Amino acid sequence: MTSLHPDQATAQRLAGLSRPAAPPPVHDPKSGDGTLVDEPGVRPPLVLGGRTFGEVTDIICGYSENPPPRWWTPAFIAAFSLAQLGGIMILYLVITGIGTWGLTNQVDWAWDITNFVFWIGIGHAGTLISAILCLLKQKWRTAVNRSAEAMTIFAVICAATFPGIHIGRQWMAWFLPPIPNANGIWPNFRSPLLWDVFAVSTYGTVSFLFWYMGMIPDFATLRDRADRRLRSNPGSGAVLLPFVPVRTDKIRAFVYGFLSLGWRMSSRHWHRYEAAYLVLAGVSTPLVLSVHSIVSFDFATSIVPGWHTTIFPPYFVAGAIFGGFAMVLMLLIPFRELYPNMKELVTLRHIENMAKIILVTGMMVGFAYSMEFFIAWYGGNKFELFAFQNRAFGPYWWAYFTMISCNVISPQVFWNKKMRTNPLVVWIVALLVTIGMWFERFVIIVTSLHRSFLPGEYHMFHPTLVDICIFAGSFGVFLTLYLLFMRFLPSFPIAELKAVLPAASPHNHADGHGHGHGHAKGGH
Amino acid sequence: MANSRGGRVYVTEGGEKIYGIMAEFATPADLYHAAEKVRDAGYKEWDTYTPFPIHGMEDAMGVQRTKLPVAVFAAAMTGAGLAMLMQWWMSSVDYKLVTQGKPYFSWQAFVPITFELGVLFSAFTALLGMIALNKLPMWYHPLTKKERFLASSDDKFFVAIEAKDSKFDPERTRELLQKAGATSIELVEE
Repeated sequence: MTSLHPDQATAQRLAGLSRPAAPPPVHDPKSGDGTLVDEPGVRPPLVLGGRTFGEVTDIICGYSENPPPRWWTPAFIAAFSLAQLGGIMILYLVITGIGTWGLTNQVDWAWDITNFVFWIGIGHAGTLISAILCLLKQKWRTAVNRSAEAMTIFAVICAATFPGIHIGRQWMAWFLPPIPNANGIWPNFRSPLLWDVFAVSTYGTVSFLFWYMGMIPDFATLRDRADRRLRSNPGSGAVLLPFVPVRTDKIRAFVYGFLSLGWRMSSRHWHRYEAAYLVLAGVSTPLVLSVHSIVSFDFATSIVPGWHTTIFPPYFVAGAIFGGFAMVLMLLIPFRELYPNMKELVTLRHIENMAKIILVTGMMVGFAYSMEFFIAWYGGNKFELFAFQNRAFGPYWWAYFTMISCNVISPQVFWNKKMRTNPLVVWIVALLVTIGMWFERFVIIVTSLHRSFLPGEYHMFHPTLVDICIFAGSFGVFLTLYLLFMRFLPSFPIAELKAVLPAASPHNHADGHGHGHGHAKGGH
Repeated sequence: MANSRGGRVYVTEGGEKIYGIMAEFATPADLYHAAEKVRDAGYKEWDTYTPFPIHGMEDAMGVQRTKLPVAVFAAAMTGAGLAMLMQWWMSSVDYKLVTQGKPYFSWQAFVPITFELGVLFSAFTALLGMIALNKLPMWYHPLTKKERFLASSDDKFFVAIEAKDSKFDPERTRELLQKAGATSIELVEE
């Protein structure tokens, strides 16, 4: 596999690079692009193509400085329109009422809460990559952490919408947090739903702070590049629009400069920055585990058969990481094909490692599915047993079957190394897992509610067009934000990626300038 | 001519106050060894500028470990304490609410929110503390007037020694940086 984009001319234009990637060093063809090394003593390169510091800057800044690839604008319009559809349907919902959804007295939580748990789960991969893999010193995380963190924030935005519009009288949403009000009342702090308000808002805020802090030095890089172009070429240069005589670089220098807070790459600053990063990673690790545990308490603390189980917190956390990594792969695999030089940053090893995590967490949720059944039988509670029999063999058997085949069976192909290193296969499995994880939440919520203790309470849930459009709209919001992120923000951590190049070590005296050395070379 | 620090003030021939001397290095290794030399020469008011954090640089520069983690720990305890206090006051003093026949102050049920607020306070302290200790935001700095310096966010490595350092001497400081292997040396005006 070559490390350069097939359309070489486009690649050069977009990245503004003076030279193509160095010819790939001789490596075992079994190691894919040279990164799939199983020997524990050998450290495969983290950035391919023998790139120098300057070239890493050029490649990554090129994604936001140069005109976007041709597919970007149509893709953005499509995603934005989908988001608008969702927005209009939410407006209709607010004006008309919750009756526009398919909810009934029996099934009073359905697509809304399914979508909430689905999106909040997707966010978990970002924090896992940026926090837990940071503490475990997994250096391969650097290439994917920025986009995964962005994904976390956008997923939390989508997730937070659903409980917000589900409450019925949406203009009363401010009653959720403990805000002093004229009635002199406070919320019930013993309710898991209130814990959820705190958990999700803390999670969204902390993820945003982590993401922003990571971008501060990269904003400074983008600012300095715009500044250098302005200084070296004061008279002319690209303008914002043909009839607006404001130079794009002036806007960049101002906006990126403002966001960078005047960061100037000082080592004394870097020292505190790294300390702050480690501390944030340390507090985010228990946070990410707590958020989905608390989401699972919404169900587990109730007495509804099928929900009232102690296995929920670890089961939900494993499922969240499982679904989150599937979404990361679903986005990154096409992007690394479509953007020039991205294959040098997101290598086959990244894909293989994430596929392995999907396999492990997939087995965990598989174990949880079977353990729930075992306990339903072993516990001797006939309502519990009925809930599970109804889940697998009742009218929603097809949803249960979809969940099992997507989440438990499809990741099993990753036992085979050829399969987990083939981007197309990984993408298809990631798609299946994303579908499966949505169905998992649907199965948990709807099949537990639709047949309650008395046969007179038996109901089926039928989604309405409003249900479907709002769910589709949440994907529109997610993709719109993600495309804007790829277009305008540093989509890879520039400074962190340079720090993992072999030439970054202060004890590296080999030919000194970072060219073509360091493959399969340890640190120091 | 004496400034508040009791040292001297250097001015250029044009009458501009001098900020210090800036030297460029080609590789992290060169900069690392230069930093060790500047540290050993006894300078205090100086810094290095690198596109990414260099492993072990704080030792080469003699920078003391930051106190930031202590501040974060204090913030975590404050956040957690305030959260427990808030829940106690709201549910067992100001608005007594019986839920499931539990005591008003059933602290076990208040643990999740206590934990979340502890995390929230620590995250804000980590970021804002880092920014404050670094004296940011600072949107102007004398060094950024030098076009060459802007490459510090790309692929070049710099040392800058400030004129307010008591050991600063235009000639000797320049010589030290030259001997350390600088590829270019410039005088920087305020």
